[in-house]
Amino acid sequence: MTTAKRTIITPPAGIGMPPFRELWGAREVFWRFGTRDIVLRYRQTVVGIAWVIIQPLVAAGLFSIVFGQVADLPSQGVPYLVFSFAGVLAWNLFEGVISRSSASLVANQSLVSKVFFPRMLVPLSTVLSVLLDFAVACGLLAVLLIVFGVAPGWGLLLLPVWLLAAVMFALGVGLAASAMMVKYRDVGYVLPWFTQVLFFATPVAYSLEAVPADLEWLFQINPLTWLMECFRWSILDLYAPPVWQMFGVVGVGLLVLVAGTMVFQKMERGFADVI
Amino acid sequence: MRDTAISVEHLTKVYRINRRTAHIDRITDAIVDVLRNPTRRPEYDEFHALNDISLDIPWGEALGIVGRNGAGKSTLLKLLTRITAPTTGLIDLGGRVGSLLEVGTGFHPELTGRENIYLNGALLGMTRKEIKRRFDEIVDFSGVERFLDTPVKRYSSGMYVRLAFSVAAHLETEILAIDEVLAVGDAEFQRKSLQKMKDVARDGRTVLYVSHQPQTVVNLCTSAIYLDKGRLLYSGSVDGAMHEYRSSFSRLRTEQVEAYRRPGTGQIRLDGVRVENQQQNPDDDVVVELSLPPAPDMVGDYFVSCHVDDINGTSIVQCDSRAVGQWFTPAQAHRPVLRIKNLWLKPGQYSIKVSVCQAGILDTWEGADTFEVLPHYPYPELTSEEALKAGIVLADFTYEASS
Repeated sequence: MTTAKRTIITPPAGIGMPPFRELWGAREVFWRFGTRDIVLRYRQTVVGIAWVIIQPLVAAGLFSIVFGQVADLPSQGVPYLVFSFAGVLAWNLFEGVISRSSASLVANQSLVSKVFFPRMLVPLSTVLSVLLDFAVACGLLAVLLIVFGVAPGWGLLLLPVWLLAAVMFALGVGLAASAMMVKYRDVGYVLPWFTQVLFFATPVAYSLEAVPADLEWLFQINPLTWLMECFRWSILDLYAPPVWQMFGVVGVGLLVLVAGTMVFQKMERGFADVI
Repeated sequence: MRDTAISVEHLTKVYRINRRTAHIDRITDAIVDVLRNPTRRPEYDEFHALNDISLDIPWGEALGIVGRNGAGKSTLLKLLTRITAPTTGLIDLGGRVGSLLEVGTGFHPELTGRENIYLNGALLGMTRKEIKRRFDEIVDFSGVERFLDTPVKRYSSGMYVRLAFSVAAHLETEILAIDEVLAVGDAEFQRKSLQKMKDVARDGRTVLYVSHQPQTVVNLCTSAIYLDKGRLLYSGSVDGAMHEYRSSFSRLRTEQVEAYRRPGTGQIRLDGVRVENQQQNPDDDVVVELSLPPAPDMVGDYFVSCHVDDINGTSIVQCDSRAVGQWFTPAQAHRPVLRIKNLWLKPGQYSIKVSVCQAGILDTWEGADTFEVLPHYPYPELTSEEALKAGIVLADFTYEASS
């Protein structure tokens, strides 16, 4: 018994880094939470996994009608459906991680107030189910690419990098939001509205080409624009975004993740008292 | 480096209740509030849930934590299991702490028994390897093997609780914290659970046990501490702690004679509670005389509720005047007499707790009076202790022999 590692608990002080060793030790919780979310979502829905395909397909279809046909916006020579589907895919990944991770702590409040485990695993584990959705939708994208005869270039090799950047970016926001939602539930109402605004402020359903020249700087300073451009470039072999944006997107992702982690760490130990 | 299972130094937990902003739980409100009063410092009401606790718990000990409601028992357990953080002080844990604070926490109704074992085990701090190794034992102990692949929402509450307990009971953590869970399942399962907990302590691991049923503390624990209003007043043998716990009732009794010290709104205060027979036989009626002054300012009728509590503070019976349709008008004084018939109390000390209520509680008087039931058993035959030991009350029973 004396060989076991001792743990010293002291009052919370300052901002610390997360206890990586403890997180790693409890990786089983991460895995179980993630698979629980997946199992629950598919077990009792009739359409099951098809839903993950239908939703972005309908969204992309609508965009290609509204923006492509009605507004007659350009899509850089790619069929509008494919063009907007690629955007929706990346956006769903980003938005899905934010919305699911931010709501996760409050949704599991009975656990937070009754059992100890590294709480960060709750928002982190939501990534698993979002990634599964992403993978399924990617399958459909592959079909669309073949059907419409669009071939990705060598930029496809960098897709995992953009994927990682998007997840880091979204997780940073989600971690901070989930921690704040423990105390202030209205974060849960503000956040969807906020992402909705971002959705239209970012070239997801339309191309950067369609943006008037005098407004373009506004879009160019939005890191989500960089993300979308990088994704589309990798998948559809369009013109490449500037190199600084490629590095920028990874840098911003890292930065937001670290900031979100710190906010979470700062608030974590009070969770059980206020949830 | 210490060689204790748990060492606690000057542990204090303060809950701050912001007097002004207790109602604020929206960001917009918080912002508006700051804008309105940018210079005002927040005012807090401080509540010391735990106050300067120092304690060493050696390995292999089954430690009982006793105390009245609000003494800080559960807070202490929450701190030791790291659910909440201390305000000041230090906790030094000699190993992993597994907790069993509420049976079935972390169970998801839609998941099957098997999936829940893995999820719950992981939450309680087991690695996958550990769960796999103990899986058969867990299933075997719970006795639900036939329903392993059924969602637990279809389980009976008994099965649910047994499975949940089994997972926690097979934790391999060096320290195990338990909050009032042994009172689950049928008698057989309770016995098994208690035995399991004793085995854990015998292995040289340490068990922390909080209970509101002191009897289980006596059965399970090898030492105990007594908490009162967040302070550690006794640490040592189980008997010693139980003695402190029991005598706290008489201290409370003398305190509560003064009406203003009692909880409740105070719109009306009992001015007398008297048990007719201070010493009585088990089969006598319990007769309690209450005395209530008029409260002319009060609107609406009120009712009273009278409990008979045993020496450990367990309520044996609740006699609520609503149940028999009796309400009282506050305009005049009342001297109701409560007569409890056909209740056979076991020999021992009992106390009366009376609450006067309307929408909320107006007055609560714990230990308003006491009485003793003498060991005159109302049965026709003299028998050994063994024949009368189990149970909480006696009963008027017969055996009809079939011929």
